Amino acid sequence: MSGWDMAAQAGIWALEILAIAVPVALSVAYITYFERRVIGWVQVRKGCNRVGWAGLLQPLADGLKLVLKETIIPTTSNKYLFIAAPIISLVPALVAFAVVPFGETTLFGLWDVMHVMSISNLNVGLLYIMAISSLSIYGILMAGWSSNSKYPFIGAMRATCQMISYEISMGFGLVTVMMLAGSLNLSDIVHAQQGGLLHWYMIPLFPMLIVYFISGCAETARTPFDLVETEELVSGYYTEYSGMWFATFSLAEYAAMILISLMTSILFLGGWYAPIPALDFIPGTVWLLGKTAFLIFVFIWFRATFPRYRYDQMMRLGWKVFLPWTLAWIAVVGIFIYTPGLDSIINFWMPWR
Amino acid sequence: MLETVFFDLFAGLSVIAGMGVVLARNTMHSVMFLIFCFFNAAGLFFMLDAEFLGVIMILIYVGAVMVLFTFVVMMLEINTARLREGFLQYLPVGGLIAIVLMIEFIGAASSGVFTSGAMATAEHLPQQVNNTVEIGQILYTKYLLGFEIAAIVLLVALVGAVVLTLRTRKDAKYQKIAAQVNVRKEDRMRKVRM
Repeated sequence: MSGWDMAAQAGIWALEILAIAVPVALSVAYITYFERRVIGWVQVRKGCNRVGWAGLLQPLADGLKLVLKETIIPTTSNKYLFIAAPIISLVPALVAFAVVPFGETTLFGLWDVMHVMSISNLNVGLLYIMAISSLSIYGILMAGWSSNSKYPFIGAMRATCQMISYEISMGFGLVTVMMLAGSLNLSDIVHAQQGGLLHWYMIPLFPMLIVYFISGCAETARTPFDLVETEELVSGYYTEYSGMWFATFSLAEYAAMILISLMTSILFLGGWYAPIPALDFIPGTVWLLGKTAFLIFVFIWFRATFPRYRYDQMMRLGWKVFLPWTLAWIAVVGIFIYTPGLDSIINFWMPWR
Repeated sequence: MLETVFFDLFAGLSVIAGMGVVLARNTMHSVMFLIFCFFNAAGLFFMLDAEFLGVIMILIYVGAVMVLFTFVVMMLEINTARLREGFLQYLPVGGLIAIVLMIEFIGAASSGVFTSGAMATAEHLPQQVNNTVEIGQILYTKYLLGFEIAAIVLLVALVGAVVLTLRTRKDAKYQKIAAQVNVRKEDRMRKVRM
């Protein structure tokens, strides 16, 4: 491979990465707007409607304000880690998007075979997502530790405990998806759900859909579980952060929220397939993004509806409810797969078998 | 060509990170360097078509084991002055080991095994070869006994850890969530005529 080929390859990679990262950053900005408007609507008030037409320029104004604010680095903090912590939490949230398949395309008939629209169609895509999203713990731990202040430290411990607890039930929930799809490749998992609403994994794995989505709420510290960063508990691990570094944490949180919504649509809601095969003339990417947008709305809906969990209640839900539930469902799916007679039922969702 | 570039990148960064683990004064920085080192090792696994091992490396070592390390290191109170006390005392032994290792490395590098012609250059496998499936098949058939023994050892360790740390206090009040949820308005409120 010559130097020019390498340069061309690097250029294509850079374009692919930009094509994912830029829309993610933009949608993060506009999800904050969407969130404020939806919560305003739920609570029968206006929400932000002053900057630009219907308040549409509000995210830009917020971004500008955050950039112009002074970044304060406490003198007794550990400076390298204090600066690195927001980056450590943002990078995994963005890197995880590398394996997400956004649909299938022939590029308007240019290619003969369907290509999956993802940066890397990795064979271990599902494990990759789990591995990368488990890394955001370090950003939180480092932020809490390097601030050298007791409230961020306590907040970081609390956040870490929450994330570790819910990661386990999340992982076990995904094991059932792997058992049905017989693959860790995200595009294979979507292909296994082809053929309309009844083939989606939300039918046989409905409890796992609930567990996965609620655990996703806990992982991203969204409202019923936002006790790690709420104001009345001294903002948790980022008490000492200000300006753009503070915004980086919320950028990571919203990116993780998009990722959870995308993964739920891919794993349980049929990915890029339409609920009725007759509707498949609409491009798959539209379906996938539509499902994702609905799930993001559900996240915001949760925020407007539910009161916050207490710490011990949250731990109880993770360890005493979700963990036994997911383990039991793994056993149920396993028994269905290997019992003669019952396997004809489950084979409906296992077309590869 | 591109592969060599990436190999040099991952290998070089993992060596630098490994040196950082040893040389960093702050134990927290050492932990971060170790995490970075694991990442680069995972990158090397990916380059050998062992994507399952690479991802598991990140998932288990970085995602779980190192979080535990970080917790322990955070809780330690390290006295830097006492840490440096024994430096001269351990220098001869440590230096000797370093010199012996250095001689071995030079001997191995110049033995001719690692010259460019002598290395096996295997072709990369196509994407259809799924090494997760291959590892699963061999693990659950040929090495089933070893796998089960490992599982039992881990289970015993898990139960042991729970038994050792489980202390119930008889005098402490515990919540009964079911009773809390089942409570009705009539149980707690009564009308008072004034």
